[in-house]
Amino acid sequence: MYFDSIRVISVYFSMNHQLNPHQWVNAHADYLYAFAISRINDEEQAKDLVQETFLAALEKIGNFEGKASERTWLTAILKNKVIDVYRKNSSGLKTIDIKEAEREQDDFFDADSGHWIKEHGPKEFGIEDKNHIINKEFEQVLQKCMQKLPVLWKAVFTMKYIEDEPTDTICTELKVSASNFWVIIHRTKLNLRACLQKNWI
Amino acid sequence: MSNLKKIIYNCKQATFLIEKKEISRLSFREVIELRIHLYGCSFCKLYNKQSRIINNMVQELFRSSMHSEFRLDDDFKKELQDRIEEELNKN
Repeated sequence: MYFDSIRVISVYFSMNHQLNPHQWVNAHADYLYAFAISRINDEEQAKDLVQETFLAALEKIGNFEGKASERTWLTAILKNKVIDVYRKNSSGLKTIDIKEAEREQDDFFDADSGHWIKEHGPKEFGIEDKNHIINKEFEQVLQKCMQKLPVLWKAVFTMKYIEDEPTDTICTELKVSASNFWVIIHRTKLNLRACLQKNWI
Repeated sequence: MSNLKKIIYNCKQATFLIEKKEISRLSFREVIELRIHLYGCSFCKLYNKQSRIINNMVQELFRSSMHSEFRLDDDFKKELQDRIEEELNKN
């Protein structure tokens, strides 16, 4: 009984979210801007996305069912716009950056045996300890290493690990085959890890 | 070289499986292959650990940049709200 009534109450509240567009900018603009800029890294483009999000949201007001909070709903709209940007950035024939990134890992493994070549083999970062608190300096190195990734790889990696999109959605959106998806995930991590090893230790 | 021997010595394949298992289920065969490999390969054992840490750190990086000092300027905000009001009045 007790649990039932809790459920009833929570369902009632969760269905009861309201939209108040007169307060949108005040309540959510900075949040949405921070969301966009953490993914796009371009202030002007991030601003545009925030604006587009609000305008798109106005058109969709009729579809709002009150299941999610206003902020969650707006963020979902923005997220789709961010994914559009990922797709635009990684489409076309910009494969030079990929070739270069692939070349970087040519000598990670022995061509015949597939074994790590000793100088490229993983070494301790000194942060493997579970309780280690990541410091700002390490974050900056990581950020730089992320920026160095080919656009398509970064888009695939971010959609998987940050936006938490299903694999087949990523493949469709970014036009990569399933087998290429796994190759990209693998190669991205190899380069990211190697970059951290090179610039941190 | 037999297939089994190949995977036992192949770190490229092992790191591939390490990445794959983070996202999807490995086949029974892949699980066994990876387990055997990791048993004998300290490089890949460390890679396995670091790979997961890197995922966590990238997520942390995005989270912490959400609390960054990036703020929209007031003029832009005012324009934006005005634009929204304008659209609302149209209807």
